[in-house]
Amino acid sequence: MNKKSVLWSLVSLLVLTSLLLSACGGPATATAPSATEAPVVTEAPVSTEAPVAATEISAGMPTCGTDPVVLKATFETGFDLPFKLAEEFTKQYPNVTWDISQDQFANLITSTPLVLASDNAPDLLRLPTMVSFAKDGLLMDLDGYATAFGWNDWPVPQLNQNRIDADGVRGSGTLYAMGLNYSLTGVFYNKTLAAQIGMTEPPKTVAEFESLLAAAKTAGLQPIMMWGSAKSGMGLAFPLQQLMAAYGPVEPINDWIYGKAGATIDTPTNLIAAQHLEQWIKAGYFPSDINAIEYTDAAARFGKGEGVFTFNGDWQNAGYDAALPGNVGFFLMPPAEAGGKFAAMSAPLTFGIAAKAAHPDCAAFFLNWVATNDAARQIDVAVGGSNPGGPSDATMPTVASGSVTAETLAAGPVMGADGGAMDFIANATSSIFAQGWTPELQKMVGGQQDAAGLLKAVQAEYERELAQ
Amino acid sequence: MTVDNNHPAALSVSKRTPASNWVRRETFIGWLFVLPALLMYAGFVLVPFLLTIVYSFHRWNGVGPMKWVGLKNYITVFQVPDLLGTIFNAFWLVVWFSFIPVGLGLVVASVINRVATGRFGEVARTVLFLPQVIALVAAGIIWGWLFSLSGLINQLLKIIGLGSITRAWLGDFDWALSAVGIIGVWVLLGFCTVLLSTGISKVDPALYESARIDGSSWFTEFTAITVPLLRHEIGVCLTVTVIAALATFDIVYVATAGGPGNATSVPGLQIYILAFSQRNIGLASALAVMLMILVVLIILPIQRLNQEVK
Repeated sequence: MNKKSVLWSLVSLLVLTSLLLSACGGPATATAPSATEAPVVTEAPVSTEAPVAATEISAGMPTCGTDPVVLKATFETGFDLPFKLAEEFTKQYPNVTWDISQDQFANLITSTPLVLASDNAPDLLRLPTMVSFAKDGLLMDLDGYATAFGWNDWPVPQLNQNRIDADGVRGSGTLYAMGLNYSLTGVFYNKTLAAQIGMTEPPKTVAEFESLLAAAKTAGLQPIMMWGSAKSGMGLAFPLQQLMAAYGPVEPINDWIYGKAGATIDTPTNLIAAQHLEQWIKAGYFPSDINAIEYTDAAARFGKGEGVFTFNGDWQNAGYDAALPGNVGFFLMPPAEAGGKFAAMSAPLTFGIAAKAAHPDCAAFFLNWVATNDAARQIDVAVGGSNPGGPSDATMPTVASGSVTAETLAAGPVMGADGGAMDFIANATSSIFAQGWTPELQKMVGGQQDAAGLLKAVQAEYERELAQ
Repeated sequence: MTVDNNHPAALSVSKRTPASNWVRRETFIGWLFVLPALLMYAGFVLVPFLLTIVYSFHRWNGVGPMKWVGLKNYITVFQVPDLLGTIFNAFWLVVWFSFIPVGLGLVVASVINRVATGRFGEVARTVLFLPQVIALVAAGIIWGWLFSLSGLINQLLKIIGLGSITRAWLGDFDWALSAVGIIGVWVLLGFCTVLLSTGISKVDPALYESARIDGSSWFTEFTAITVPLLRHEIGVCLTVTVIAALATFDIVYVATAGGPGNATSVPGLQIYILAFSQRNIGLASALAVMLMILVVLIILPIQRLNQEVK
């Protein structure tokens, strides 16, 4: 009886195991269809030779050809621009279709190395950071394409932000990415509330700006709306970096961001900037619950009329115009002294091509198309809110006058003429934002950190990360 | 079967060969049953576990070449205050995730047992258990709203005249970790209550009846019958909740991401940041191994206590 039941159990176990194995076989057989995507795989060897082909290509431009191409792409969730551009591209080049996956920016930071290293790497991807990927050979060298398409002649200094030299320092060297557009940051203001505190024109110096902040506080208004939750990343880095640019030259800041040897953020002028920020915090210019405010909450609260000013980038233009139509203005952060230079955080919306990409030529062609095609440039401005860059003779898309987009576009050349473009201090190393700026600025809000300590702590974290 | 169980020694003496054959065969068949699960366990738990230990002695960014660094990663964990601080945060969470749910669970289970044995008791148990079936990510987001400056909790405080203490709880250095702890209480109270209720239902009702005939209060019943007879269940609750506290990740990640400052950072979150954001797999692995050792060191005495009682 016992033996019989054991036998039965054994038989059923075998059946179960075989069922399980066949179930496990599911995914295995499911990989078979990927073999049907063999055309992609068979094209891979071509792709690995692509940079070489591109450098030799001066005779003919890389294109998407006429055969059907499926471009594999990774985009950032919540930003419509690349999706709209992809749609328009397919309209113009029907042989190109898209296989797009998307993720939050914070997740892209963590997943991108594995995605790039996989055998199924995307052709085109939004890059959260670059240096370590380039060092590991995961990103395609775009110098050949730059020569072929003439990118090097474009009057866009931001192109340099995507170059990395042999020592892993950004700012010069090999081109590893392109910007879909070039964003600009500064101060947005609620026109109605600004009128209430007697602001008739944008402030010309930091002192003028600070007197407006004080007036807003006295009037019982929220002077600045800003986010500060660790989940969104520290919004206070925006006003801090603008203050740094107001009190000191931008070059040392860029050197620090690019990882130049011996660069430090702990400089006398940066200390003055950090002290001003500390005063703003103590004066109550930021919301009392700033350490719990998410990015989207801050944008929504400003849109509802809470906050006279907010520091943000032109990617938020469409959102502000929708929430407060015709009632949002923009100005560049004023310099410390009247007549001083204007500077702003201004970074490309960086997209790269994986070293293992199956269709690098087509991906590069797309990047070139984004900057040079009129329809693409129009989408760039209307949806992305930012300057599309591109060659100097490219037509500038028209925008509705009086819109905040018109104001940010007009501010771009002003900043450019002063040579004041800075990358974001958050981009210096892959986790300086999450591990350095964010916790230390939150501590400053909580009264647990002062200006000098902030810069020292961030510099220590920076050196620790670079030493890895 | 009962004969086997009651007289194994006698059997092994009188019919040594056939019985040991049979035992061997039974053992073999037993292993066959376990094999599929064992393969899965080895593939998804044991191999990654061993790899983690290997990684912890290397410097590695997850893609490039690995470099042997010996114990350097372990030393770094002790040297960097932020890393060690996460372990202290985890201990404070043990109070919230473990002691409070177990203590409160005992009280709730015993109250339900005494005053609400019928449908009401079932409803109460179900409601308390609900957090177990809600995705923690969703729960974390909702608690984020509740704890916000204009959230329900602050509104309630204002209604009862405590408007002066309102704040953005998850953004406050002094309160953020305890606020995260309260989410933990909410999540784990139901689990403890249901487990302890089941334990109480196994206690001979005659014990409670005689206690009640003797006129004992709820408190006497609780201390003299419920707690002593539920030691085994309490041990299980403590084990599960202490591990939940020390290894917590999702609640903190969704509610605060470790902020403000590093006030709510816990080892689980730090391991994630080190591995995937800083791409320092070696240091992340070292912290993970240390966390595991810590969990084992704390859980083993609880388990031993539990076994002695059994």
